[in-house]
Amino acid sequence: MLLRRLRILDRKLVRDLWAMRGQALAIAVVVGAGVTMFVTYLSNFDSLQRTRAAYYEEARFADVFASLTRAPLSLEPRLRELPGVTAVDTRVVADVTLDVPAMTEPAVGRLISLPDAGEPRLNGVYLRSGRWIDPARPDEVLASELFCEEHGLAPGDSLTAIINGRRRRLTIVGVALSPEYVYAIRPGEIVPDTRRFGIFWMNRRALASAFNMEGGFNDVSLALAPGASVGEAIAALDPLLEPYGGRGAIPQGLQVSAWTLENELSQLQTFGFLVPLIFLGVAAFILHIALTRALALQRAQIAAMKALGYSNGTLAWHYIKWALVIAAAGAAGGVVLGAWLGAQLIDLYNEFFRFPRLSYRLSAGVAAASVAGSLVVAALGAQAAVRRAVRLPPAEAMRPEAPARHRRSPIERVSTGVALPLAARMVLRNLERQPGRALISVVGIAFAVAVLIVGMAFIDVMDALMNEQFTRLMRQDATVGFVEPRSARAVYDVRHLPGVMETEPMRTVPARLRAGSRTRTLAITGLPDAPRLNRVIDRERGPVTLPRDGLVLSRMLGEVLAVGPGDELQVEVLEGRRPVQRMRVAMLIDDTLGLNAYMRIEDVTRLLREGDTVSAVALTLDPAEQERFYDQVKAMPAVGGVSLREATLRNFREMMAENMNLQISINVIFAAVIAFGVVYNAARVSLSERSRELASLRVMGFTRAEISLMLLGELAVLTAAALPVGALIGYLLGQLILLGFNNEMYRLTFVFLPGTVAWTWLIVILAAALSGLAVRRRLDRLDLVAVLKTQE
Amino acid sequence: MRPAIFTARGVTKIYEMGEVTVQALRGVDFDLFEGEFLVLLGPSGSGKSTLLNILGGLDVPTSGEVLYRDHNLTQADDAALTLYRRDHVGFVFQFYNLIPSLTARENVALVTEIVEAPMQPEAALELVGLGHRLDHFPAQLSGGEQQRVAIARAIAKRPEVLLCDEPTGALDITTGSLVLEAIARVNRDLGTATAVITHNAAIAGMADRVVRLADGRVAGVHTNSQKISVSELQW
Repeated sequence: MLLRRLRILDRKLVRDLWAMRGQALAIAVVVGAGVTMFVTYLSNFDSLQRTRAAYYEEARFADVFASLTRAPLSLEPRLRELPGVTAVDTRVVADVTLDVPAMTEPAVGRLISLPDAGEPRLNGVYLRSGRWIDPARPDEVLASELFCEEHGLAPGDSLTAIINGRRRRLTIVGVALSPEYVYAIRPGEIVPDTRRFGIFWMNRRALASAFNMEGGFNDVSLALAPGASVGEAIAALDPLLEPYGGRGAIPQGLQVSAWTLENELSQLQTFGFLVPLIFLGVAAFILHIALTRALALQRAQIAAMKALGYSNGTLAWHYIKWALVIAAAGAAGGVVLGAWLGAQLIDLYNEFFRFPRLSYRLSAGVAAASVAGSLVVAALGAQAAVRRAVRLPPAEAMRPEAPARHRRSPIERVSTGVALPLAARMVLRNLERQPGRALISVVGIAFAVAVLIVGMAFIDVMDALMNEQFTRLMRQDATVGFVEPRSARAVYDVRHLPGVMETEPMRTVPARLRAGSRTRTLAITGLPDAPRLNRVIDRERGPVTLPRDGLVLSRMLGEVLAVGPGDELQVEVLEGRRPVQRMRVAMLIDDTLGLNAYMRIEDVTRLLREGDTVSAVALTLDPAEQERFYDQVKAMPAVGGVSLREATLRNFREMMAENMNLQISINVIFAAVIAFGVVYNAARVSLSERSRELASLRVMGFTRAEISLMLLGELAVLTAAALPVGALIGYLLGQLILLGFNNEMYRLTFVFLPGTVAWTWLIVILAAALSGLAVRRRLDRLDLVAVLKTQE
Repeated sequence: MRPAIFTARGVTKIYEMGEVTVQALRGVDFDLFEGEFLVLLGPSGSGKSTLLNILGGLDVPTSGEVLYRDHNLTQADDAALTLYRRDHVGFVFQFYNLIPSLTARENVALVTEIVEAPMQPEAALELVGLGHRLDHFPAQLSGGEQQRVAIARAIAKRPEVLLCDEPTGALDITTGSLVLEAIARVNRDLGTATAVITHNAAIAGMADRVVRLADGRVAGVHTNSQKISVSELQW
């Protein structure tokens, strides 16, 4: 028998743990919940990061990207001589309107040129199925995998593109992936729309002739030598491209797909670190409570062992091992469950991020770190309790604890006239006798509420985000974007499309904002002074009227550039005559998504030194005319794309449903586990402490119901007190998590609805009731004689 | 005269028990000699347990000096006291203080694991007449049996001194006699100096020497010219 081979103290350990197995299990489960989340999130982070690194490397993902109007191919050799540049790839890239069978609303296709022979030098295209295009057939294309999946397209199928006003039939011969479109989102959109945005690779000659790009290019990618400065390369590239309408080069980190992926990964890392840490913290906390009480019950044993000559260190290690064994059991379960959940979760990422292979891998490092973390946390949780117990001088430990001093409770003292029932008096006095301990139990249960709130409130947070974005901010039904800026007359053309009710012009212009050494390249959005459809909204102040002669920036952009209201920025326009002008920051606004810069539309056109121009028109639609509107807008030659609010909202909802719901469910389940663990533990501890007292009462003739009421009444009071405290802690924790969660992409506000709080309370009350029942069963089996005979 | 194991001079002990101060010892002089069987007699609160705890290194006096052979216990720190208890002292308590989750044999092994050249747990239990109950847990043993396990646990390390605090206090006459028999046998066969605390004057007859404590002071010392056996004690 294994137990025989263990040293005596370890045998004691095993048997003691077995005796308190209910509690030990409850704690182990909480530890396990923390480790599960830790492993799930961090292994996904780890897997995605490895996959990304391998893919970028393998596919020769470029280090610098630039787009321009048109430059001759003769520029290429000069690009190759730029400092640090090891490879240059020039391409023709164009966005077109697609007419996809069985889809009334228009979609956008991005056409990217492939060299006439061989593979692209940079940004390799991975062929998932089908074959490579035949250079001799100008209508053959490779299509992006997500788009094909969404529309059920396969090699051999075809679709129509409106290229320069002419309908052209494209035949899909292969399905492909690219490191540039791991996350395929259209510029200016906030969520990927796989239905309405497809990437197509086609022969360069065919594409160039359709867009008058023969002998030229409008897109450059550079690869740099390891250690070469990206900043220097960009600084050298921009002046070269400027005469050709260069719109400012960006480093890999700001390339849309790479940037989104990076943001997603850093969120995953924050989430994977902070949330499990909270769980483990709670586990340490209940471990502390449980061990404090368990050690109080072992007072005499500790004294005896000391009298026998066991040193403080040996005994402390013995009791710390209690905590370690419990934590190790929880952690082992957590690693297994975490690996399983992680493998499920990675499939979700496959929905949004397309790699040639995204395989799940639980690295030994993540597993070891999570187990080690939980052991450290458990030891920390245990050490205070153990130190206090072991420090007790043996002669003192030998004596039973002095009986607690009881007084009348304050409630009794205040309401002298009212005679409280005996049970209520006992409950109150007992709570008052040890206010510190009552407080600890309250905080423990409150943590369960808090963790639940954090988990469930994310639904509210996302609802608030959608409400902000799609109800308060975007009031248009659709936005029609033009291939090139058009005169203000285009607004009238759009207004005369069927079903259009209200229109609002927009003028976006690519620009580089520079403040000292900090720069950011983005699109400045020009809007009417008080836009009605594309509203600019500050979370505190509501709709904002755009001020004259000044920029309105997202607060986050202000932080990125380190500027505030009144400061000046250099605005370098990256289109047309490329004016450079210093402008004042008029206002920072607290907005929710992305980095935004707004100006009055007339200030934009004045800056550009051109007449009234628009680049897009926002509009509201008569639902009855929707289909006719789609039909006509698809045929408009100048239209580069149409984005639809409904579609965006639907995509957003789908993304949330697929992505967040699983995570939220995981959080909620584990939070419920914590709630049960904490309450059950508190109940068991009170039971073991008071079994003697309760048995005495039974001997005196109290019924089971009466003594249950005394014990469970106390729990009920503690639970009730913990509910509001938990809501407060949950609010603070939520703020803390969002602090780590918020980035350039999202800025969420931690909010929760009263209904959410009600749900969390209900769950905790249920968990408390279940624990109460479990303890009540033990109370019913109380062996009166035995309890009264033994010392403890 | 045999050499002294313990020499205590002018020992006082003051406790702070919550809001009250208790003076447990008020200047006690005390000796225990090699191989001696000594009974410490006195009513509750006379300071017997306090004195025994100090001798056993479980507690330190407020003032005065306690020598174990030539070691000064009053100046020893916690680690030194632990080592002292481990190597030299066997304890028997009124409430046995067995570890409930360990069997009789394991409770004894708790000691034999941490000392050099101990007795076999089985031999120690045999000596107290429990050779047939090795694998019983405390809850499966009677009070007297539990106390004899405690004695076996105390002597298994072959201590120089055995300190017993009211070893029969929780027992009836018959089982109490068995326990006292076991203690006497250890003293006789192993030559272990033994101090037994009791408030039961009848037990005094089996001692070599009787020290009476009252109100924290030594009230008298009496040497028995003729020791009587346990079976002859008049309870």
